[in-house]
Amino acid sequence: MSVFLLRRFATLLATLIGASLIIFLVLDALPGNAAQMLMGADASPDAVRALSIKLGLDQPLSLRYLLWLKGMMVGDLGNSYVYGTPVAGLIAERLVLTIPLAIMSMSVTVVLALSAGIYTAANHNRLGDVGVMSLTQVGIALPNFWFAILLILLFAVKLQWVSAGGFAGWDDGIWPGVRSLLLPAISLSVVQAAILARVTRSAVLEVLREDFVRTARAKGLGKREVLWRHVLRNAMIPVMTVMGLQFANLLAGTIIIENVFYLPGLGRLIFQSIANRDLIVVRNCVMLLAAMVVIVNFVVDVLYAFIDPRIKVHHL
Amino acid sequence: MLKKLTIFAVAAAFIAAPLPSFAQAKKDSVVMAMALEPPGLDPTNAAAAAIAEVTLYNIYETLTKINEDGSVSPLLAESWQASPDLKTYTFKLRKGVKFQNGEAFDSAAVKFSYDRNAAATSTNKDKSLYQSFESVTAPDADTIVIALKYSEPNLPFLLGQASGSIVEPKSAPTNVTQPVGTGPYQLGGWVKGSSITLNKWADYRNASAIKLSKVTIRFISDPAAQIAALLSGDVDAFPRVATRSVAQLKADPRFTVLVGGSKAKTIVAINERKKPLDDVRVRRAILAAIDRKAMIDGAADGFGTPIGSFYTPGSLGFVDTTGINPYDPEKAKQLLKEAGVTNLELSLKLPPPPYARAGGEILAAQLAKVGITAKIENVEWAQWLSQVFAGTGPHNFDLTIVSHVEPFDLVKITESDYYLGYNNEAFNTLYKQIMSTPDEAGRAKLLGDAQKMLATDAVAGFLYQPQWPTVINKKLKGVWKEVPQFENDFSAWSWE
Repeated sequence: MSVFLLRRFATLLATLIGASLIIFLVLDALPGNAAQMLMGADASPDAVRALSIKLGLDQPLSLRYLLWLKGMMVGDLGNSYVYGTPVAGLIAERLVLTIPLAIMSMSVTVVLALSAGIYTAANHNRLGDVGVMSLTQVGIALPNFWFAILLILLFAVKLQWVSAGGFAGWDDGIWPGVRSLLLPAISLSVVQAAILARVTRSAVLEVLREDFVRTARAKGLGKREVLWRHVLRNAMIPVMTVMGLQFANLLAGTIIIENVFYLPGLGRLIFQSIANRDLIVVRNCVMLLAAMVVIVNFVVDVLYAFIDPRIKVHHL
Repeated sequence: MLKKLTIFAVAAAFIAAPLPSFAQAKKDSVVMAMALEPPGLDPTNAAAAAIAEVTLYNIYETLTKINEDGSVSPLLAESWQASPDLKTYTFKLRKGVKFQNGEAFDSAAVKFSYDRNAAATSTNKDKSLYQSFESVTAPDADTIVIALKYSEPNLPFLLGQASGSIVEPKSAPTNVTQPVGTGPYQLGGWVKGSSITLNKWADYRNASAIKLSKVTIRFISDPAAQIAALLSGDVDAFPRVATRSVAQLKADPRFTVLVGGSKAKTIVAINERKKPLDDVRVRRAILAAIDRKAMIDGAADGFGTPIGSFYTPGSLGFVDTTGINPYDPEKAKQLLKEAGVTNLELSLKLPPPPYARAGGEILAAQLAKVGITAKIENVEWAQWLSQVFAGTGPHNFDLTIVSHVEPFDLVKITESDYYLGYNNEAFNTLYKQIMSTPDEAGRAKLLGDAQKMLATDAVAGFLYQPQWPTVINKKLKGVWKEVPQFENDFSAWSWE
């Protein structure tokens, strides 16, 4: 087990270092510079030069990369070119929104998808199965930003139950915050849930055809018990894999959804920072996202071993 | 079934509970929205218009105040006097004014602020203005004397811009995040990416006249989200809202739509450093191919007034020059023939704003009718600034569409590294003459000549002066219609 973990961990580190190098080089190749962008079209050229030096943009490439790596080790990510405040603080402020949003939409996704997937598999080829599967087809076809606008029109503009966007924060208790994230979480999860439901259904169906299911039924276990005790655990491997991938997708999806709901999350921070050439913020955010994705996949790999003890043997 | 119903009812009740922060009794607070978030709150060290929109005349004050009609009135200065040659100005300062951190406002603070703007390390947008000061002297605590290297008739106006905000020496370095000024409002809170709250400053010299005790400013850039925020009642005022939303909001009885002029000029910039665009006949042909009316309707949803030069209606000495190179496709073809230009292919670089992207499509179609092929290339602002605009070059473009929002920026045309590359000695001489003419009538006449010269030489495809719509709740009073510069004067706002 520990050798398996170590090997996975070494891969994780190598991936992160590779990612950091690619992120740094790609961002550096972007045309345009932060100083000119910050000062705008009508500024004196002299002021632009003064700012460029102040931001340290005149230093060589390799030095800036090494300084960045060193900064990440000691937790000093530098100051944002635009806001002039520490990048770590900016990211932390945004995570207060993005992490709860990701958790909420992932939970909605999992609850919707598993219940729909299991229900349709258990009622294979009956009316309920066909009905729910057609719904998932629609769900996959929906662009999430468009669905978000529909939700806003109905619940914010027409019914005025929730506000059209913005984030109430966590200062007044948990409910105002959760409420401002409700519509965004739902719009993010619809597509994801539709995909995951289809994966769950086929995975469950596959396991239902296995010999051990017939054996379990033959020795007198009820349909329900077989489904919950034997089938689900075996069907979880492909479902977990897709969930891991979806988590990455979800983080990317927040960039658009946060713009529609004008939420101050990580996605919007990245979006604005790219436009402003606030590259120091962009590269730290992208690095964080890359790390999150790599770590989630690492956790998924480890979970495989728990769900199916045969897996770690294969890797040894 | 009953259980399910109960769960649904509880959930619905939660969702429908009143919103604590958004729907308060609207007596003395306002929620305003704007498209972009300011990068920091010090307008003296960064250029973004959003900084001025939040801070100018609210947190910080300037010696003079630019009014809705573009006129200038006293603010931190009670009065001023210019020398006959317009090279020396003497300002008498208001007495008994304090900064929000308790320090006294006096001539030392003014001198500190202006010297700081001119310093070598300064990143002030108008650094060149402050570097043109020969000296700033403070003979006593209530007097400031500015001696300029050249005549500047517009100095009182220029000092009323956000870049001329008077800061307090000790708090100046931290103004980016903790602004300290002499204005009626103080920073209450800033949730980055979401909103800024301004609270009324109780010790303001004229606090009783300030009606709103709290202003929340939210940042909503997406046009669809802007409409939704207004329609749902989340937002009471939206200055300079996306023009395509306006028709829908005009029809709604809950809102007033104010449409004001600006000092901005939307133009088709022509790179005169490139052949054959250095030939005035080719430039005139491009202008004759442009139908300004179609451009305004298509690119600005009708929110624009045609202009024929680099100057806006309502400004001193404005003359209508739209007749100098009017829309005439036949003449355009003829001019191209005279210049011996056939199969002209030009690059057209478009920055992100909708007016530029939509305007670019229309321009390309109009140019195609006279036989000019425009190859559209969409660029980001950062690319546009470095490739097209930057004074250091490479000025890598033939045509571009952009709106210049600075008031009175004729001076830019005289700068040799300006992206248009006009560089005409006759114009530069005329401009110097304007700047050194003390009487307004004489200046107005010369300004008229300058506008005509730019129009005749087809220095750029001057399109229109944008109009900026402001959507407000019908009961909100005191919001400016005209927009001589980017700012929101909350001290004048109140609820009916």
